[in-house]
Parts: sequence; structure tokens; C-alpha cells
Amino acid sequence: MLQDKDRIFTNIYGRFDQSLQGAMARGQWDGTKAIIDKGRDWIINEMKASGLRGRGGAGFPTGLKWSFMPKQSDGRPSYLVVNADESEPGTCKDRDILRHDPHTLVEGCLLAGFAMGAVAAYIYVRGEFIREREALQRAIDEAYEAKLIGKNNKNGYDFEIYVHHGAGAYICGEETALLESLEGKKGQPRLKPPFPANVGLYGCPTTVNNVESIAVAPTILRRGAAWFSSIGRPNNVGTKLFMLVGHVNTPCTVEEAMGITFRELVEKHGGGIRGGWDNLLAVIPGGASCPVVKAEDIIDCPMDFDGLREKKSSFGTAAVIVMDKSTDIVKAIARLAYFFKHESCGQCTPCREGTGWMWRVMERLVRGEAQKREIDMLLDVTKQIEGHTICALGDAAAWPIQGLIRNFRPEIERRIDEFTRNAHRAEPVLVAAE
Amino acid sequence: MSVRRLAEASVQPASFAFNKANAASAKKWIAKYPKGREQSAIIPLLMLAQEQEGWVTKTAIESICEMLGMPYIRGLEVATFYTQYQLKPVGTRAHIQVCGTTPCMLRGSEELMDVCRSKIHHDQFHTNEAGTLSWEEVECLGACVNAPMVMIFKDTYEDLTPERLAEIIDDFEAGKGHSVPVGPQNGRYFSAPVGGFTALADEKTILKATRDKATKAAARTTKEAPAVVAEPVKAAAVPPSNAAKPKTDAIETSPAVKTPSKVKAAPAAEKAASVKAPKAKAEARQVPAKAETVAAPKKAPVKKEATPAKPSLEHKDRPKGISKPAAVDDLKLISGVGPKIEATLHELGIFTYAQVASWKKAERDWVDGYLAFHGRIEREDWVKQAKALAKGGVEEYIRVFGKKPV
Repeated sequence: MLQDKDRIFTNIYGRFDQSLQGAMARGQWDGTKAIIDKGRDWIINEMKASGLRGRGGAGFPTGLKWSFMPKQSDGRPSYLVVNADESEPGTCKDRDILRHDPHTLVEGCLLAGFAMGAVAAYIYVRGEFIREREALQRAIDEAYEAKLIGKNNKNGYDFEIYVHHGAGAYICGEETALLESLEGKKGQPRLKPPFPANVGLYGCPTTVNNVESIAVAPTILRRGAAWFSSIGRPNNVGTKLFMLVGHVNTPCTVEEAMGITFRELVEKHGGGIRGGWDNLLAVIPGGASCPVVKAEDIIDCPMDFDGLREKKSSFGTAAVIVMDKSTDIVKAIARLAYFFKHESCGQCTPCREGTGWMWRVMERLVRGEAQKREIDMLLDVTKQIEGHTICALGDAAAWPIQGLIRNFRPEIERRIDEFTRNAHRAEPVLVAAE
Repeated sequence: MSVRRLAEASVQPASFAFNKANAASAKKWIAKYPKGREQSAIIPLLMLAQEQEGWVTKTAIESICEMLGMPYIRGLEVATFYTQYQLKPVGTRAHIQVCGTTPCMLRGSEELMDVCRSKIHHDQFHTNEAGTLSWEEVECLGACVNAPMVMIFKDTYEDLTPERLAEIIDDFEAGKGHSVPVGPQNGRYFSAPVGGFTALADEKTILKATRDKATKAAARTTKEAPAVVAEPVKAAAVPPSNAAKPKTDAIETSPAVKTPSKVKAAPAAEKAASVKAPKAKAEARQVPAKAETVAAPKKAPVKKEATPAKPSLEHKDRPKGISKPAAVDDLKLISGVGPKIEATLHELGIFTYAQVASWKKAERDWVDGYLAFHGRIEREDWVKQAKALAKGGVEEYIRVFGKKPV
């Protein structure tokens, strides 16, 4: 188990002093200038060496991403954009960083911005996080006041940080949709290439990073890449905020070492599965878009990128949605299908039409009102959506359903059988009026 | 996607103007973006308008578009795209947004919606008779560890039970909304586990002062030891780019079946097709290309030998043969050896499994070249096969490879 002294987010529950003074007492903003004095290349190399992989779900190496930014400006300014549009169902880690430990992010913005030669950072907070946005703005104001950021600051690199917000669109978590939204348009993803590192915000070189990726950077640079990469398994190193959601006894957000097994995570922090381990049905290991994994597969699985890939799922944002045997698994996935139908931006036809189509079929499968061949047809349609859209929302909508069919086909078929058996008795269902 | 339209003309007010405070903060928002990029401020400005009016009116959209110097249609697009904007009047005392997505559903958001149905209106987006309350089901509000939860205006009310939600609704209806404590309603500390802290229980352990003390102590003990020169840390290996994707060996996640096709791709056939090109051929392909770039004589290109010459029998890497022993092993049991190859091997003086098992790399390469086998000996791992067969015959082979030799 991770020791408190190795935790990066030292105030994730907001119990301690949240002001700049309190953050400094816990070691933030310590020697920031010394790190900046070591230069851009040192920071990027150290980030690469730390093996940090992006915490927003895709797991792209953060140091590598920073190195894509142009070394010499061609007259256009560079921007850092922080993706705080956290809307993946199950995920709520950035919320706690923003409202309780915002100085990790503010300092991270300065260091990341310096490493990529950016003039300013825009932090795009989702519209629903109103109190979180206020807390973040307070932290930024404190940093300006203490001359840690801004023009002629103590750290020797002029840097501005602005907070922007969205208005309730999941798709704006996709980096190019986020840039569109930040430019004041509908959040419809752009085609890539050109990649944001060449043509991003306002046509300028831009890097979009998740809140957690940026917020862990200062601590990594202070304590060294070797410290960070000594935690976890090769290729899956470091600490990570895990969220335990659903049918555990004590749902919570907690920072743990990567590669912790599911059993240990739930026993230590989740207080066990509701009704005991025998009552576990399935787990969605990384937020809504990850395929569901059956209980027997996940119990002793290490929770990291490679461990879950082996289970044909993905690590995503480490939002662990636990479902016990009281769960109507088909309905749970159908609800996700509705989510994706609701959040499709409507730009690409396969996704716009397909997500609605899949949801309608899923709703019938919940009741069993279908033919068995429709299961294969549904699977076939998920294949026609996956990979045929501009952004990954099409894939994200397809995977939960593929995971359901892969793991729970007998359950779907049982419902169809049951419905067929009772079909001759079909009568209007009487619902008690209150 | 969700289809959203502006409210009917009958409920739209005639004019809109920011009040003084909001006009000032609107100005602040616009100042955040570079010159000529004022359009960026539309989302925050529409939100300000919604806070002021309770919902987003058509005149508000239009006047904000004028403020930012953008066409009306762009503003209308934004207002109808983002679902947080209320395009119709909502309850004046409370508009209750119930999160209904799976994580909340698992912990009972459906009962919360039943409460809303019975207390407010059967359908979402409809106000109750007095026009004071309304509700809607929203997609994930990002407080999943505190599920189920609702959001009323700017604040979230988490870890709810249906009874508690009913009380909260009553309080808002009575105009005492500000007295309801925000956040978790079951006494837990924000997103920490309900029973007590499993992490960060004591601030002392994470204070900088504590850590400094520890490093100082460590430095004192290592003072005598010669300073270790820190080696430059090597960059970590770059993981594959399809990192977050599910592993692709499940049939339905194979890229081969992505495109709908009547003919389903057979994994075995594909594997065979994607075997590496043999080295010799690759060379033969490269050479003419080089000749073309160096000079372009009209002469017919010199024909390259299609296959490299057979390695000579006198070569030092040729495995040692023996004269035919009394008991000859059935080399055909090695996968990859047929009657013809077996005869060739016999010619080379190879009769037993033990001989094959003892081949070294150079010898294997020689035999491979002699048989013109393009690396099949390595691929099929004859040595391992022969070892198993030499050790315990067919039974051992089945134990090692899990199948009968062919």
C-alpha cells in the first residue's frame, strides 16, 4: 500500500489548509525556480524518464507529448490547454484536485507551460463544476498575488493562467472538440492531422493535457523521475487517483500505486464488496467507455494499463464501477448506451445514428423483446461504428456493448427466452398508482 | 445527440440586458482571450445570462452575439448544442438536476426521480403548478463516488436517500434552500470513505518540514559514504500507441472484422499472409531499386539470382552426420519435416532426434539454407521439438506442445 509520504495529492479530501500557505507547508511551490533554471530540455527528459502516461484515459506518454511542441516559435504563440472537462461516467478525480488541491495544478501549469514554451494556459473546467471553478480561481489569484505566476514573477518565466468553462457536453473532453469549444463554437471534434501541436487553439501550437497529468508533474520533477518510476510495474508506473464507484461498501476517491490488485484496492479503501466477494458480478474498470469485465477475471487483476488490456478492457481514468449480483447488467449497459446517444455531437453519421440505434435495441434487450439473431446484428453494428468516426466517441459507445455481449450473452439470451415463453400472456402491465 | 429548440415565442421576453455586476464580469471574461477572439467568451456569457434570467432567452443570445461581434446563428448553435443551458423557463425556487447515469443508477437514482415525479411533475422540464419547482434527468455530473446525487443551481447534494431528497425539495419549496447543507448528506467527508480515512489521516506525515527532517537525517548517515554520482536516467520505453484500446485478440475487436464484409477474415489465413518476407528476397528487391537511382542505363538490368546458391556441403557449419544407425528415428514426427525433407536429412547423415536437438544456431542456419526453408527451422523450433521427442517420444511431445506430432 502506498505510504502517505509518497502521495502526490496531499490534500485530496480537503481536510487541511487549502490556501497557498497551507499548500506550501505541504511542499508545493518548493524550488520551482530551481526546476525552471534547469531548462526546457531537462524537464522534458525528466518527464520522459519518469514514464508518466497521460491520466485522461488514453495513456499517451506525457513527456513525449510535450516534446512535440515547436522548439522555436514561428511568430505564433504556443498554448497549454488543461482538460478539466471531466465527464466520463464514474470519473470524479479532477473534481477533487480542483476544489481541494488546486495548487498542484497551478504549479504544474507553470512548469508544463515553461517546458513547451507556452505563453498562457487555459484551464477548461466543465460547466457543472461551479464551486470547483471558484476554488481554482481562488488558488490562481493567490498565485498571482504572491507573484508566482504572471508578468515578472519570482520564477523567472512570464506565464498567464486563465480559467474557462464549458456548458455540459461530454464530447468537449475530446481534445479537438475542447479547442473548438474554447474558441466559442459547438464542440465538434476536428479532423487530425493537423494535430494540435501544430495547429491547435486559435491556429497556434497547443498541447492538451488532463488535469491529473499536469498536477503530478511538479512533484515528479522535485522528487525525480527515478522515484516516480519506482512505483508500479514497468510501463505502468507511478501513482494514480482511483475512484471506487457503485456497489462497494465505502465508495471513495483515493491515490494508490499503479498495479495494485483489484482485491487489495477494494479491501483497503472500498470496505469490501456489498454483500461479500461472492456477490460480485462484474466491474467496469475505467469509466463508462471501457468494456465490462466479469468478476472472476478482475478479482486478482493488477489495475493498470497493461493488466486491464490483458482482460480485453482498458484502464481509462481508473474509475472502477463495481456491480454486485443485484445489478441488472443489461440495463446498466443500456443506460450507458443512452448516455452516449445523448452525448454524440451529431457530426459523423455512424455515431449520430448508430448510438441511437444501439440504445433502442439495448432497451428491447433489457426486456428480452428481441430475436436472438439481433444480438449478432447489434455486435455487427458496433463494429460499423467503431473506428468509422472522427473522434473516439463512436468507439467509446461501441465498447461497452461489445463487452456486454462478450461476457453476458447467456444472460441476454435467457431474457429473450423468458420473454418469448411469456409472450402469449402479454397483458398491459398494471402499475400501482399512488 | 439531443434535439433542443428555443422556447416558443409566446414565453420569450422582449429584451435583455446584463445588470451592472454581470456586465462587469462579462467584460472580465472577454479580456481573457486574445484580440479578435472575443467569440471564445460566448459560453461563459450565456451562462451569466442564464444565472440572471433563470433560463437562456432568444434576446439574450442575440444581444450577446452583438456584444461579441458574431453572427446570430453561431450563438444559436452554441445555445442549442450545450445541454446545460435551459432553453425554457424552469422552476424559480429550484431546478433539480438528478444524475441518472449508470454509476448513480447503481446506487438508486431511479428512486430519486420517482420522488421528483411525485413531488414536482410527472415529466421532466415541466414546472409544478406554482411554477416554483422543476426537475430533469441529466447525464453524469462528475460526483460518482458520492452517488446518488442531485444538483440545484450551483451546489450539489450528494449521498442522497429518497427521504432526504424529499426533505431538500420541501426546504427549497419553502424558500429555505440556502439553509440546506451542501455536499454529502450522510455525514461523510467529501469523497473520503464513509467509515473513516484510509489515507491522509495525519497531516504531519505529508508536511514539508517532516520530509525535510527525514532527508536531513538520511544525508547525515550517508555522509561518510562517498557521494554516488547520479547516473543520467534513461528515457522509459515508449508504449504502443494503441495503449488505451482493448487488446485486439478477441474476435469482435480484431481490426480485420471492422469493415463489414461478407467474407469473414480467418485469423489463421491472415497470420500466414503476414509472415515476414524472407531475407534473400528482400535483398533481391532492393538491389534493382538502387541500380535505377545510381545510373539509368538503357541496358536490360542484370538478372539477379532469384534464390541464393545452395550452401556448400564442405561448409564448416554443416552439422556432423553419422552413418545410418540400426534404429532410425522417425524424423517426420517433427512438424515441418515430410518424407522428402526426411530423405534429404538422411543424405546429410542425420538420422536421430538427438542430432537435430544438438544443432547450434550456425548449423541450423546452414541446414535452413540448404533446404531453402526461409527460416522455418527457427519458426517451428525444430530443436525444441526434437528435444522433446528424444526425451520421451510422442508422450513427451504431447506434454510439451499440448498436441500430437503430425
